[in-house]
Amino acid sequence: MTLNAILITGRTINQGATIENKTSSDYQEATALCELNSKDIGILGIKPGNRISVKTDHGDVVVKLKENNGNPDGMAFIPMGPWANAVVDPDTKGCGMPGFKGIKARLDPTDARVLPMKELIARYK
Amino acid sequence: MTVITDALCPFCGCVCDDLTIYVENNKITNIKNACKLGASKIMGHHRIEAPMMRADKKSGFKEVSYEEAINEAAQILFKSKRPLMYGWASALCEVHKKGILLAEEVGAIIDNTATVCHAPSTLAVHEKGLPTATLGQIKNRSDIIVFWGSNPVHAHPRHMGRYSVFAKGFFQEKGRKGRKVIVVDVRKTETAAMADEFVQVQQGSDYLVISALRAILSGHADVVLGSVGGVPKEQLVKLVDTLKAAKFGSIFFGMGLTQSISRYKNIDNAISLITELNAFTKYVISPMRGHYNVTGFGQVCSWETGFATAVDFARGAPYYNPGETAANDVLMRKETDAAMIIAGDAGAHFPADSVRHLARIPVVQIDPYWNPTTEVSNVVIPVAICGVEVEGTAYRMDGVSLRMRKMVEPTLPTDVEVLERITERVRELRGE
Repeated sequence: MTLNAILITGRTINQGATIENKTSSDYQEATALCELNSKDIGILGIKPGNRISVKTDHGDVVVKLKENNGNPDGMAFIPMGPWANAVVDPDTKGCGMPGFKGIKARLDPTDARVLPMKELIARYK
Repeated sequence: MTVITDALCPFCGCVCDDLTIYVENNKITNIKNACKLGASKIMGHHRIEAPMMRADKKSGFKEVSYEEAINEAAQILFKSKRPLMYGWASALCEVHKKGILLAEEVGAIIDNTATVCHAPSTLAVHEKGLPTATLGQIKNRSDIIVFWGSNPVHAHPRHMGRYSVFAKGFFQEKGRKGRKVIVVDVRKTETAAMADEFVQVQQGSDYLVISALRAILSGHADVVLGSVGGVPKEQLVKLVDTLKAAKFGSIFFGMGLTQSISRYKNIDNAISLITELNAFTKYVISPMRGHYNVTGFGQVCSWETGFATAVDFARGAPYYNPGETAANDVLMRKETDAAMIIAGDAGAHFPADSVRHLARIPVVQIDPYWNPTTEVSNVVIPVAICGVEVEGTAYRMDGVSLRMRKMVEPTLPTDVEVLERITERVRELRGE
C-alpha cells in the first residue's frame, strides 16, 4: 500500500564514513535507503531490505527500506547524498538553502532496482 | 616506522587534535583515537590518479597531462560570463585565499558548502550577533548541554567525549554526572536516547517552540497554547525552569534548524532565546559545523571580501546576497555558464535541478576522489589531500584556528599549486 510521509534528509555515521568513496557499493548501501518506523513499514506491507519508490513534486528515486523506530509516524529519513537529492525541494526560499527537510513524499513498494551512483547521475545528462 | 602524535583530524568540525598516526614507507598503516569518520578519511580510499578530460559528458574520460587540464580549466573560466566556484570545505585556508583571488580575477561567484549547511546561521548572525564560546570554555564550565536539530552520535562522534557531554573539565570534574543533557529533535535519534530529557517537536515547528520558550521565559506562559509544535505546554514550562537553573548553559544546533522551513529565522529566534536567557544566567550558542574547515572558508572569505560566502565578483567588487548569489540560486536560475567545483561535491549534495544544470555547462573538478561531481565534469584535476598530505590552517567549529599537520608526502600537486597555475594561465589568456 501507499504511504504518504514527510521526508527529511541528514547525516549518518555510515554515510560519513563512505563520503570520500562514493563510487563504492558501501556508499550506496549507506545512503540509498529510507528509514521508517515499523508501523509505517507495516502500512507499506513489505519488509526492511525491500525496495520502495519515493516520489515528491521534485522527482522520484528507488531506495531500500530500513527500520528506524526513532522516527515518528509518517516520517521518512533518507541519508544525505545523490539518492536523497533526487527528490528534495530545490527552492532556496530566498536565502540560498534548498529544502532538504520537510518534503511531502509518496512511498510505494516497487520491484524496480536501486540505480547505482553513476546511473543515477546519468539521468541528469 | 614513523609515529606522529597529536595529529589533527581533517574530517568534521571537531578537528580532534589527539590522533596518533603510524606511517611506513610514506603510507599510513594505523591510526589511534580517530572516530569511524576520521579513520575512514585518513586511511584513504581509491584516488583519481591522473588528470582527465572529455568534451562530451556522455563519453568516457581521457587521461591528460596536468598542463593540458590546467590550460583547459583556465580556458573555461576565461570564456565564462558567469562562472561559479564552489566547494572549499575540505581544503585549507591557504587554498581558500588562492581561490578567492582567482574568483576576483575572473569575476566569479564563489560559494562554499555552508550554502547547504550553516549559511542560514550566518544570515541569523547578521541579524542578532552570536553569543558563543570556545569548545574549551564549554568543556570546562557548561552544566547544561542542549543539542537542537543536531545528532552528534552520527555527525560529530567525538564531540560529546572531548568537548561536551562526557568530557571532564576544570569546573566540571564529574564529566557526564555533572551535566544535564537535553535533546530537541523531530525524531528520537541515538543522541536523544542518551539525553536526560528529549523534547520531540513536529517537523518544521522549531520556530514556534522557540517562540513559546521565549514567551514563558519572559513571564507570559499564559499566552502559550496547551501544545506547541507537538510539545505539551507543561514540558515547555519545565524546560524553561531547567534552562534557567544552569550556571553555564550551551546550545548546539544543526541542520534540523538551518534546513527546515523557517531556515535562518529559526537560528535568529534561537539566538534571541539565548540573549534573553543571559538575563538570568550564562548561556552560549554554537553551530555544529560539518566539514573540518568549512568555518575556515568563512573566516578567509570574510577578511578578503567582507562577506562569509556566496560572494559575487561580477561587478568587479564583492557583492553578497544569498537567495540571489548562493550556488543553488544561480544554478536553479540556469544563470551560471561554467563551474569549478573544488573540495566539495555539488553533484552529490545539491538538489537534482542544480545537478541537471551542472550537466549542461562546462565543469572543472579539483578533488582527490571520483564522486558524482566527476560524473558531470569535463575536466578533472586530482590533487593532494589537505590535512593528510598537506599542512596548513583550519578553523575548528568554534572558530579556533589550528595548524593541520602533514602525515605523509603528497604524490600529486596541491590545490594551491593547481589554483596558482590556473590563475597564471588566465592572466596569459587575458594578455597580461
